Amino acid sequence: MADAPAEIEAKVLDIISEKAKIDRERLVLDAKLTDLDIASLDVVEIIFALEEVFDIQIPYNANSADSEFGTIGDVVSAVTGLVEGKA
Amino acid sequence: MRRVVVTGIGVVSPLGLTLDRFWAALTAGRSGIGPIGSIPTDRLTVKIAAEVRDYDPADHFDPRKVGFLDRFSQFAVVAARAAVADAKIAFSPETAARTATVVGTGVGGLHTLDESFQKLYRDNATRVHPFTIPRLMINAATSQVSMELGLTGPAFSVASACASANHAIGAAFHMVRGGVADLALTGGSEACITVGTMKGWEAMRVMASDTCRPFSKGRGGMVLGEGAACFVFETLDGALARGATPIAEIVGFGMSADAGDITAPDADGAARAIAAALADGGLAPADIDYVNAHGTGTAANDATETVALHRAFGDHARQLCVSSSKSMFGHALGAAGALELAATCLALRDGVIPPTANYREPDPACDLDYVPNEARTRPIRTAISNSFAFGGLNAVLALQRVEA
Repeated sequence: MADAPAEIEAKVLDIISEKAKIDRERLVLDAKLTDLDIASLDVVEIIFALEEVFDIQIPYNANSADSEFGTIGDVVSAVTGLVEGKA
Repeated sequence: MRRVVVTGIGVVSPLGLTLDRFWAALTAGRSGIGPIGSIPTDRLTVKIAAEVRDYDPADHFDPRKVGFLDRFSQFAVVAARAAVADAKIAFSPETAARTATVVGTGVGGLHTLDESFQKLYRDNATRVHPFTIPRLMINAATSQVSMELGLTGPAFSVASACASANHAIGAAFHMVRGGVADLALTGGSEACITVGTMKGWEAMRVMASDTCRPFSKGRGGMVLGEGAACFVFETLDGALARGATPIAEIVGFGMSADAGDITAPDADGAARAIAAALADGGLAPADIDYVNAHGTGTAANDATETVALHRAFGDHARQLCVSSSKSMFGHALGAAGALELAATCLALRDGVIPPTANYREPDPACDLDYVPNEARTRPIRTAISNSFAFGGLNAVLALQRVEA
């Protein structure tokens, strides 16, 4: 059974928190990745973990990173969309 | 100190298997990047590369010998033969003993490794081919070149990822200049367009899906390439004594380590390598006319390299012509610096600067003259060729035109 959106969001935030070593409380949806000091290689590793956990493929190119994932909310909604699209 | 000149060049490239074809494509701004044809692409997200096409091992090797050579070693041997033919040199046993063989390779025989492991893990084979180890070892290209040409002087391989060839060529240059050897057969070779390698690069999220657009706004990343380039180096006096025609003179070699990040480029490390190459060659920044850039086409490299050029050249940076040949033959990793040295030698010889192909529009972060899309005819006296590797290992060669 597919996860509910709230569960997906919680899992995504857990993964970001773990991979980027950022306290879970700081991960609010409108926080910008750059403000959280999440480097592009951290983003690559986070996306790898999200793809593995949710069994999805997230299109992402580090060369145009600024136009793709600006905020934590962008990441959450991309994953939610892909997981729901799969169901 | 002895002066060191290039008297022979051979290439195996996505732009052709001869130096003439290679140079014709580069000066025409014609890219060798296209849909991958040599491996299955059904599991790949990025389905483009710069492959060596129209290459059949049977055209170049005895069927009884080819089993010992992975594709990367084959490329090195074919390029080495062509370099020797171009130099019109015959190695006597005495000369061969005074000739160094130094070839750079980033990752070794990945086709062999891929095939062996597929049999072992996927097909549950109980054994792999007995030549698996001699084919895949990273020094195989150097060894096969020395065996092919009978070169018995100092020989070793150099691995520093994307700077392997420049480190190898620079070491060979210093050996000939310093008298450790009188001649050198040097260059770089790589053939790692395998499913495993492509998946690895895909996972880093730095590959372009359309083409390679170095220094251009909207660039989408690097494109993997393959190939080899080899050179005959000798002393200027030795070359003139045997009636050879020098193509270009190698005058400086500079290295540095970023000692920072394992993948992110560093402007300070790159600028220090450039400055070291100029110092080694007794050159001032204003002496340089042309820079064959590392220019991978990633957002990070091209902006960082631009900062490094500003730092190393100051006001003179604006006078430089800077171009990336990777826009046409992709990023051949351990062979990249060798293919780029070939391009730089020919630019000096002919007074023609190969362009940065696939360029669309200026990026504010890349504010130099990148010779967009069209070759430029301009006499050039002195040039540098940059290679900056993952792992922060930087190597820069400085070259000078040989006046006829």
